[in-house]
Amino acid sequence: MNERELRGQIEDVRTGKLSRRAFTRMMLGLGLTAPLATQMLAHSGIAVAAEKPVYKPTKRGGGGPLRVLWWQAPTLLNPHFATGTKDQDASRIFYEPLAAWDPEGNLLPILAAEVPTIENGGLSEEGTSVTWKLKQGVKWHDGQPFTADDCVFNWEYAADPATAATTIGSYKDVKVVKLDDYTIKVEFSKPTPFWADAFVGYFGMIIPKHLFGQYAGAKSREAPANLAPVGTGPYTFVDFKPGDVVHGKNNPNYHMENRPYFDTIEMKGGGDAVSAARAVLQTGEYDFAWNLQVEDEILKRLEASGKGRVLVTMSGNVEHIQLNNTDPWHEVDGERSSIKSKHPYLADPAVREAFNLLVDRASVHKFIYGRTGEDTANYVNAPDKFVSKNTHYEFSVEKATKLLDAAGWKPGADGVREKNGVKLHAVYQSSINAPRQKTQEIVKQACQKAGISIEIKSVTASVFFSSDVANLDTYPHFVADLQMYTTTMGQPDPGVFMRSYLSGEVASKANKFQGRNITRWQSAEFDKLFDQADKELDPVKRAALFIAMNDLVIKNVVVIPVVTRPVVTAAAKNLHAPISGWDNNTYALAEWYREV
Amino acid sequence: MSRYLIRRLLITIPSLLGISVALFTILALAPGDPFGELATNPAIPPEVQAALRAKFGLDDPIPIRYLHWLVAMLHGDWGFSFVSRVNVDTLILQRLPTTIAVIGAAQVLALLVALPVGVLAAVRPYSAFDQVVSTFALMGFSLPTFFTGIILILVFSIQLDWLPFVFRADLPGSGLHWWWAEFKQSIMPIVVLGLFLGAAMMRFVRSAVLDVIRLEYVTTARSKGLPERAVILKHIVRNALIPVVTLVALQMPAVFGGAIVTEQIFRVPGIGSLLISAIQSNDTPVIMGVTFVFSCLVILCNLMADLLYGWLDPRITYR
Repeated sequence: MNERELRGQIEDVRTGKLSRRAFTRMMLGLGLTAPLATQMLAHSGIAVAAEKPVYKPTKRGGGGPLRVLWWQAPTLLNPHFATGTKDQDASRIFYEPLAAWDPEGNLLPILAAEVPTIENGGLSEEGTSVTWKLKQGVKWHDGQPFTADDCVFNWEYAADPATAATTIGSYKDVKVVKLDDYTIKVEFSKPTPFWADAFVGYFGMIIPKHLFGQYAGAKSREAPANLAPVGTGPYTFVDFKPGDVVHGKNNPNYHMENRPYFDTIEMKGGGDAVSAARAVLQTGEYDFAWNLQVEDEILKRLEASGKGRVLVTMSGNVEHIQLNNTDPWHEVDGERSSIKSKHPYLADPAVREAFNLLVDRASVHKFIYGRTGEDTANYVNAPDKFVSKNTHYEFSVEKATKLLDAAGWKPGADGVREKNGVKLHAVYQSSINAPRQKTQEIVKQACQKAGISIEIKSVTASVFFSSDVANLDTYPHFVADLQMYTTTMGQPDPGVFMRSYLSGEVASKANKFQGRNITRWQSAEFDKLFDQADKELDPVKRAALFIAMNDLVIKNVVVIPVVTRPVVTAAAKNLHAPISGWDNNTYALAEWYREV
Repeated sequence: MSRYLIRRLLITIPSLLGISVALFTILALAPGDPFGELATNPAIPPEVQAALRAKFGLDDPIPIRYLHWLVAMLHGDWGFSFVSRVNVDTLILQRLPTTIAVIGAAQVLALLVALPVGVLAAVRPYSAFDQVVSTFALMGFSLPTFFTGIILILVFSIQLDWLPFVFRADLPGSGLHWWWAEFKQSIMPIVVLGLFLGAAMMRFVRSAVLDVIRLEYVTTARSKGLPERAVILKHIVRNALIPVVTLVALQMPAVFGGAIVTEQIFRVPGIGSLLISAIQSNDTPVIMGVTFVFSCLVILCNLMADLLYGWLDPRITYR
């Protein structure tokens, strides 16, 4: 789909031929994100006011306790130190960003008075700055007023490398200026199309200057408020035991009317995903359980008890198989999978295409993931009419066989195909996780039928996903021919995800395997498109560029997308809990209530 | 006696040092690091991870890291968790009361079951009672706690819906109601752990009593015309208990091991679950802290057992 076609679709939304929701879904199908989709609509003058979630209670409090279960326990409550969603979700009980991403990808103002647009003067025409108007009258839990100084401080705090904040990426390249007590300006060094990063969503939570002010930089760990948060959020802090439980109670001075509904909140951690699902769906001991990486079959069985329901929310996570472009089995300059080498058989496009034909996504979806892994909303296997003509998927052992035959890969004595002494024998690695091992099995069987032998390798998740430079089993080292995992969290901007195919981002010994390009695929054409998208301020043009990049990645079989992984949570039958795939699970905690 | 004690205490220093070197080396050589989750998140630049590694000293050579840890430890600084950035001693102290309560109660339950049952079984060896009890004991210590725990949850929480299976260290409320809720949530973990310990202990009591019951002084006591009750309580059990006391003392540290699994199943926020989550995230300072506490416990309990033995049996002297 090119720019002109995109504009056509946007016209359809304007005239009502296409619903906004369908448009967003379509963009997801093209490898874009919901936030980018709404940005395109907004830019085209289609009013996008974030729909406020339905909220029925007519007074604050009175809802009794809310008990939620995060089976990975939160370990810290300073959002700038959060190492994963569990910490961010827990911090979000107490801290808030200026704006949040709703499920449809709209920006929902929280501590901001309004969402900046070009019309209200919030966004500069050149894309070099954003001006945020802050909500007035907001008070920190200790009664101090929330002002522009706090925002400026958060930028200084997070951007200082000595603080060792995990949010540094969102703040280091910007400059934040206070215009008046309730207005700040975020300035970019170059035109920046995706401006809603600092102070927004996952990395946007704001901590108070008056409590953290003297603990910026190297002393960051010593701040007492690290463990006893004072924020602006719907619940105030009661107590916290790292790795076990967080307690909060109703904030009587919360800045939104009639909210929050519950009197207390308890976030309990520990245990495993299945028993967490059980505690909500089957015994009803808890009201909500987070991140249920559980097979759908089990979830269905638990749901049958009728105490709760499973919530599936769309997001941009994709479980995908990566194909190694370099040789993992021979060292070049003391490095395996060195960019200087070439993969012995994956360099042949026919073999790559054969692998693409041998991944039975429909079966993986149907028999393994069920509701928790849709093969339909994916960028390669979206509904027919939306799919860009260059990318489609098919499962056919027969076609793969023909393709390999034609390319000169003939079965050897042991049934494994070979050519010029190179055997089609692939090591296929992934982290240990039941659905992943089952997927590996399905791919292995199909490959065997086509004369490719597969050796399955499974690595403990804590090793596979570690940053250990010396360990060959981590995913950035990619000492295997194929590997499979999901990039965590739906990033609001596809640019972040696309970075992992840039030539300059190749993971190597030189950059301590921190480069984002794991497949080590290099394409000048892709790099050029990325550069253009990086500067393009028109979201529609930018989206067209992303789609073109996506087409390149799919056409060259750099990765084989398997299923999308939506956000799966469980909630008590009567609990109203809005969840967004583009922000923390607790992004709208103030809106949660119980139907009575 | 005091010289013996001092000598024993001095010997513990090299053993503790040895344990800490071994632990630290194994942990440092083990793959993985605490920042894995950062690695897969494309929105966090890789420099963040590198900066954190450098800040926490993860890139230093192992001997230097060990020396840093040791020097800090000698100053009473246990270090801080890489994951939560909280001091390790704070984390351990937070968890200690729950662990002691659950393990203590389980140990008491084990003793309450094992002592009378073991003695009764030994007094009438190979009777029907003995056979039944021995069978149950065999089952008890053969079935791992993760199995019995899940069976109990299935029966009492899911089928019957009587008991909660998520343990809360901070039940609200007070008075009778609180005690009842506390009882309901603790009964399953305590029973699982208590019966597991009790089964082994019961077998031990039984054989200890059997050893004593055949001795001549017991026959003498009986022939004096003492009532059977007095013979058993005053003459047999008292002497048979000497090895049992040692066993209980030596079992104390091992109990923490059994509690790790039980704590995980019932989400009991004890030291065991702290250790498990620290191991999963390669949080070296916490693992070192907890295992160090465990090794101190083992050494201390050994020492206590030795001292107790001498006190119970005056024929043993210390030199």
